[in-house]
Amino acid sequence: MSDTEIEYDTEGVVKKFMYVNRKAPYGTIYALEVLEAVLISAAFEQHACIVFIDDGVYQIRKGQDTAAINMKNFSKTYGIIAMEKEDADEDEDMDMVWRIIVEKESIEARGLSADDFIVEVEVIASADLAEIMAEQEVVISG
Amino acid sequence: MKFGIQVNEGPFTHQASDSAYLFVKAAIEKGHQVMRVFFYYDGVNNANKLSAPQSDDRNLVKLWGALATEHNVDLVVCVAAALRRGIVEENLAEGFRISGLGQLTEVGMAADRLVVFGD
Repeated sequence: MSDTEIEYDTEGVVKKFMYVNRKAPYGTIYALEVLEAVLISAAFEQHACIVFIDDGVYQIRKGQDTAAINMKNFSKTYGIIAMEKEDADEDEDMDMVWRIIVEKESIEARGLSADDFIVEVEVIASADLAEIMAEQEVVISG
Repeated sequence: MKFGIQVNEGPFTHQASDSAYLFVKAAIEKGHQVMRVFFYYDGVNNANKLSAPQSDDRNLVKLWGALATEHNVDLVVCVAAALRRGIVEENLAEGFRISGLGQLTEVGMAADRLVVFGD
């Protein structure tokens, strides 16, 4: 790390973060690098909605095999998000709400259903998702 | 208002860096505080001091650096994204520092608004 770290006082701050995933994995790096950002955010115990829209829904599709394209198959890492969510749900002392959401119209357009994903998801229609998005305080998009 | 800024694309190939730069400049001129600019994905390439654009065109690397030196804006390059793309201390432009993804989460928590510039 270079120079002096500039730190801000965020003691006691809990905000609603949303991470929007719109792109398919492997074709571009956005899927992997948003995932890395989500995992780091767990340490800060913020609320998070991890949302998959458009081709982003393919990021959590079951049965990924990347041998032929010579890229690291990182789909298992989404399991860590599911675990973080479970820990947060079970821990009464932890006020951290995580949701994993796929947009209903996106999966229908692609012939997918909630059973096609490696993690448990909430299927939410676009209009309702827009309302959830409007409640968020920080929206990060890949 | 206190802003956090995220820049997702490198200089020139996309307009994201230009848009972010002009936004930050305007925000400062209007008296707002820009707490941090976090460079992620190809955005880390905005910190490459070896960038040599044509002399009659804007030099984004230098423009960003000037924001740091003249207005004390905290320009942070994500270490993980930087390593992938070959941005290291040796070629880091003036005004930038390399740090972790936690700096992005932190400014999201501390600022009134996080504005993301991407493709």
